[in-house]
Amino acid sequence: MAWFRRKRNITDETPPTDRKVRTEGLFVKCPACGTTHFKKDLEANLNVCSNCGHHLKWPTRQRLAHLFDEGRYETFDDNIVSTDILGFFDTKSYADRIAQARQSTGFNDAIVCAEGRLGGRPIIGCVMVMEFIGGSMGSVVGEKVTRAIERAIAKKRPLIIVSASGGARMMEGTYSLMQLAKICGALARLDAARIPYISVLTDPTTGGVTASFAMLGDINIAEPGALIGFAGPRVIEQTIRQKLPPGFQRSEFLLAHGMLDAVVDRRQMRKFLIDALDFMAR
Amino acid sequence: MEKATQIKLLEAQLAQLASAPHTPAQDEEIMRLQAQVRRLQQAILGEANDTPEMTPMDRVKLARHPDRPYALDFIYALFTDFHELHGDRRFADDPAIVCGFARFEGEPVFIVGQQKANYKQRKMEDRKYRNFGMPKPEGYRKAIRLMQMAAKFRRPIISFIDTPGAYPGIEAEERGQGEAIARNIIEMMRLASPTIGVIIGEGGSGGALAVGACDRMLMLENTIYSVISPEGCASILWRDASKADKAAAAMKITPEPLRAAGIIDAIIPEPGEGAHTDHKAAAEAVRPYLVKYLTELSTLSPEKLIEQRYTRYCRLGAFVIEEPQSLSQ
Repeated sequence: MAWFRRKRNITDETPPTDRKVRTEGLFVKCPACGTTHFKKDLEANLNVCSNCGHHLKWPTRQRLAHLFDEGRYETFDDNIVSTDILGFFDTKSYADRIAQARQSTGFNDAIVCAEGRLGGRPIIGCVMVMEFIGGSMGSVVGEKVTRAIERAIAKKRPLIIVSASGGARMMEGTYSLMQLAKICGALARLDAARIPYISVLTDPTTGGVTASFAMLGDINIAEPGALIGFAGPRVIEQTIRQKLPPGFQRSEFLLAHGMLDAVVDRRQMRKFLIDALDFMAR
Repeated sequence: MEKATQIKLLEAQLAQLASAPHTPAQDEEIMRLQAQVRRLQQAILGEANDTPEMTPMDRVKLARHPDRPYALDFIYALFTDFHELHGDRRFADDPAIVCGFARFEGEPVFIVGQQKANYKQRKMEDRKYRNFGMPKPEGYRKAIRLMQMAAKFRRPIISFIDTPGAYPGIEAEERGQGEAIARNIIEMMRLASPTIGVIIGEGGSGGALAVGACDRMLMLENTIYSVISPEGCASILWRDASKADKAAAAMKITPEPLRAAGIIDAIIPEPGEGAHTDHKAAAEAVRPYLVKYLTELSTLSPEKLIEQRYTRYCRLGAFVIEEPQSLSQ
């Protein structure tokens, strides 16, 4: 007889697959350098890797809250929403796509427009929502940006637009293209009214957004490492039939080619914006 | 054939009208008759071939037809004393865009045109020289520099649009293709003289709008105006560029729906089976429209022009306002 009898059923009944420490969602690995961060620490550092300075994606709500003093802002024109004017259908209908995007993001379209204060000064701030159909610009984005510009003129408040977009929204066809002209027309008025406009480009800003308001700020600045361009890298590779050099169309590349006023670290962004507005606004 | 005789009668009327000096009322009449002729011709063609209506992709193919009249074909047919002006004063001269001053019906005008090959020469090297009508930033910068010059002297600007799109290449990106297009659009929105855009082939997205943010927009019958090429759209949505015909239909890029949407103002009928069959007649078909819109716009002050231009683009959008207004954060 054995000295020790094997006791049965003393372990809990948790199946082996569940028997582990739950870490999902608690840690985030930096895609650039591989350093693992405690998620809370990363968020406190504005989703910037403390090891290599890589700027990770930053959820729209956190960005909005950080932009305005004490995270306080009031959104406007939230009730402007898309209609499926062309009856567009790809793998699913555009109407369903919109409904699903509204559900999953909690936003009504690819931009949030808000009023609040920055460094004590009242401003109008718009932030694009990349998760909403690729941050694409259709009639709603066009209308909301135009109204935000008109509001900036009417209230004499500086305008800041944070871009993140794949370009114009195909599902609204030529209507989407017309938004470029509409927004540019409004920006011409803003310019004439001598109201400051700062454009902040984030990863990625391409297509129709680059070819309109994102490049038309009194000052155009970008976060480090953001992909910025007119044509997307894939389209260019197909045209020239070769691989693109590393760093092509990144913020630093644009800065070197004279296409940006500055590349500004997310952690210094508020100070930059406040100082710039102090310079430009009365 | 009853229809054929009808056409003969109408054409005789047209010839009579064309020989007389232009008046606005007369131009309206010419346009009305032309449209009537066109309808009859199409009815005959339809009966003969028993072909159903052209699909949007057929229109795309006609818009890209290698024998289509290009900007310079229209320019030399419609204007006199054309003198080309070159260069953006920053980097280079872009042959994909031609600019210059000329006379239209005796009056000085400024012309911008996107050009896909050399004038009356369409070999591969002629197309390459013009970069297949795909402008680079220096092309757009030349165009806006000269349009601003024209506006300074209050001369009307006529823009012939025909591009697959702005050139997507490394050097174009390095020199700020996006900024060049954006800058052109904002500056066009505040030009102090009348602007008329005529899409004569492909109206390829931002590359077209950069010389096409105009007071009035016209399209020839077999042309397209699109936010992305049908192939580009298909390869993104279905990962299959061969579904371009589906994309072309879905995006509604042909003149008729765009006219209905108010994005363009008029559709110019093409001769015969398309503009490629008769360059001269295609250009002449544009003439009464230019006369009409130039006359219409010439009465407006610069301030009024700019205001109306802004209002024109402001009303282009498809959205609804939901009730009740959602609460703020």
